Amino acid sequence: MKRRDFLAGAAALALPGAVLAQVDPLEDPLVRALAGGAPVRKGKVTLVLPQLADNGNSVPIRIAVDSPMTAADHVKSIHLYSERNPVPNMANFYLGPRAGKAEINSRVRLAGSQRVTAVAKLSDGSFWYDAAPIVVTLSACLDES
Amino acid sequence: MAARIQIPREARRGEVIEVRILIQHPMETGYRHDDVGHLIQRNVINVLSCRYNGVEVFRADLSSGISANPYVQFYTVAEASGDLEFTWADDEGQRGSERQAIVVKG
Repeated sequence: MKRRDFLAGAAALALPGAVLAQVDPLEDPLVRALAGGAPVRKGKVTLVLPQLADNGNSVPIRIAVDSPMTAADHVKSIHLYSERNPVPNMANFYLGPRAGKAEINSRVRLAGSQRVTAVAKLSDGSFWYDAAPIVVTLSACLDES
Repeated sequence: MAARIQIPREARRGEVIEVRILIQHPMETGYRHDDVGHLIQRNVINVLSCRYNGVEVFRADLSSGISANPYVQFYTVAEASGDLEFTWADDEGQRGSERQAIVVKG
């Protein structure tokens, strides 16, 4: 076997494994509790995180929800969940039609490589989510830094 | 607790404006130890809200999962001239507030 073939094969084997290792955000008990039995669908929400963060103490995050933000149709709240932080519910943001645009930017702490999930609750009672994986080189929260 | 707020000085009525706030706060997680091994008590800003001329337009529950010196950027519609007033509180019960004026034309 050529070295090149071997590497390609190893990469192909490693990738699906990494995907399978992650928990489905919909299986997260916190997300289930938030939705209270209502379906949480993928879409409308865009969660942007860097692919790799050198330092988990301050990771820029952007959450945008596709919504007209009118009195009849707006985003009520956005909830951020972490897979590996000691406090999984990182933040909740409450918006309303006065926001004009459903977008939040902030900086979060992440304790290790993981998947971050953002769930949005809309005024019609529906729930939407997006998730993004991130590799964190230096974890936050638990180390003595 | 000092904070820096950035909003446009002037806006047209109905314009969506960007609001940025940065609060000086350690956001102590409660998982760190001091030099002699004692656990440092958690002290994070747990609530931040923004009122536009007295009406709440934004609120956030924060946790130790938010970076030290928390930065939040959001949007609001410029409805009338007046003040945007920010208030926040941490686990030790310390409260902070800051206001910024905006002139709305048209």
